[in-house]
Amino acid sequence: MNFLKNLFKHPGRSTVIAVPFLWLTFAFLIPFLIVLRISFTDLDSSDGNPFGTLMTVVDGVITLKVKIANYLFIAQDELYALTYLNSIKFAAITAALCLAIGYPFAYFMARARPAVRPVLLMLVMMPFWTSFLLRIYAWKGILANNGILNSFLIDIGVITEPLHLMNTQFSLIIGMVYAYLPFMILPLYANLVKMDVRFIEAAADLGATPWQTFWRVTVPLSKSGIIAGTMLVFIPAVGEYVIPELLGGPETLMIGRQLWDEFFTNNDWPLASSVTVVVILLILVPMAIFNKYQAEQEARK
Amino acid sequence: MTQFLHRWFGRGWLSLGYLFLYIPIVVLVVFSFNSSRQDMVWSGFSLQWYAALLNDQEIISGFGLSLRIALLTACGSVILGTFAAFVLDRYQRFTGRTLFTGMVSAPLVMPEVIIGLSLLLMLVSVQKMFGFPERGLVTIWLGHTLLGMAYATVVVQSRLQEMNKSLEEAAMDLGCRPFQVFFLVTLPNIKQALGSAWLLTFTLSLDDVVLSAFLSGPGSSTMPIVIFSRARLGLDPRVNAVAALTILVVSIGVIASSLYIARAERLRSKQLAAAAKG
Repeated sequence: MNFLKNLFKHPGRSTVIAVPFLWLTFAFLIPFLIVLRISFTDLDSSDGNPFGTLMTVVDGVITLKVKIANYLFIAQDELYALTYLNSIKFAAITAALCLAIGYPFAYFMARARPAVRPVLLMLVMMPFWTSFLLRIYAWKGILANNGILNSFLIDIGVITEPLHLMNTQFSLIIGMVYAYLPFMILPLYANLVKMDVRFIEAAADLGATPWQTFWRVTVPLSKSGIIAGTMLVFIPAVGEYVIPELLGGPETLMIGRQLWDEFFTNNDWPLASSVTVVVILLILVPMAIFNKYQAEQEARK
Repeated sequence: MTQFLHRWFGRGWLSLGYLFLYIPIVVLVVFSFNSSRQDMVWSGFSLQWYAALLNDQEIISGFGLSLRIALLTACGSVILGTFAAFVLDRYQRFTGRTLFTGMVSAPLVMPEVIIGLSLLLMLVSVQKMFGFPERGLVTIWLGHTLLGMAYATVVVQSRLQEMNKSLEEAAMDLGCRPFQVFFLVTLPNIKQALGSAWLLTFTLSLDDVVLSAFLSGPGSSTMPIVIFSRARLGLDPRVNAVAALTILVVSIGVIASSLYIARAERLRSKQLAAAAKG
């Protein structure tokens, strides 16, 4: 009731809220509800219609037909558990490598002369503006059996036979680290460049070696940057489709690709919908942890 | 000595990092001028792949479609994103705010495969009921704008947060109506953020494969879809030519905009100096 009262009391305000709200309801919420609904239906009910009926009313008796077979199938089939764990594994490796490469990178960027910093920052952002797809495609040419890396290694005499690098875990991880590295560097840089240098000077004055200062002062102070960067890499990496498809191989099963195949190749919409629902639930967990952490940070400020 | 080591270690690490970020880009450009079709073996300079591109109807019409969608997406995303950012920044209490906040940021973390799949299933059901829309420009635009809006909201919201609210209050005190305040005071103050949000969502749309693949119909392949389907099959020097042209346009854009920003900064500091002198 309160809602309706407000609606008519502030027509301007209500319109401003309603426009994006309705748009998101239509383009985001309703699609998910439809997915949820389809995930509980049969694939080929009578005419191949994916929207099988959930509820029928015959002679005053309501029959609710909920098919949970899809979920049981996902729970029992080892492939899905394996695929999901694999996605988590590759995303975690990617995030860890991005942190290992990106932290020193952001650190040295932040310690560069102030005049150079904007240029360094622009050079990190530049690849963002060039097509992600084309940059991933480039790795195919670099890592192929007769690709640039192999010909280079053969030319300098390190190897005699070309290494098989494409469509392996190695090529997948290279591609993922490459694509997500800027997402790690940018929040870390933003954090490190703001850090109060006096803390570091104080640690040095009190007799800490540079190594101790780094681990005991710099790293703890940049904790929020580390968490933000890791999340920015990890979350999209879990559901990545393009990189596993172009650079991955048969043993690099990932959930995004599995979903795509279920939908386009097997045409099993209800099963694909069930997988979607499960993935959303599984993604919400790390999201919720991250949000809680951020809310705590805000509260502390 | 340690200072010296520290500095050179830093320089080395940065150089290797940039090398890693830029090698694929350099490779793309260099091999677009390769005369051989044989993948990744250099056999002489040639412009044949650029010529081949001119006759490649698939890529040309894909580019036209992508460009139209990107323009519409950027405009739609910025308008909707500004609405959403305004709501998040100014209206702290209203029914469904938690749901609203969740829905605005969710597309940023949802895998694109999931967004694409659910949008497609919705469109199929709408089509079943009303007989439209056909899959094509409109449906791809819908998906891109959903994602673009989330990005635009983040960009515009951060600007709105740091904006000096007393300017708006002053305008209100002087008798402006809320509508006028928005267009005369708020909008000019956030126009730079709107510009960056526009560019960001434009490039996002121009580059998107996954959403487009779910939402496109027969005969409406965007350029990334064409490139992706060729990249899946193997290497294609025409794709390198497209890449080189993209990089050329982007570099010109980035250099031009940084020159423009530098000029604006100089102008402003000059004006400030003049004002200080009185």
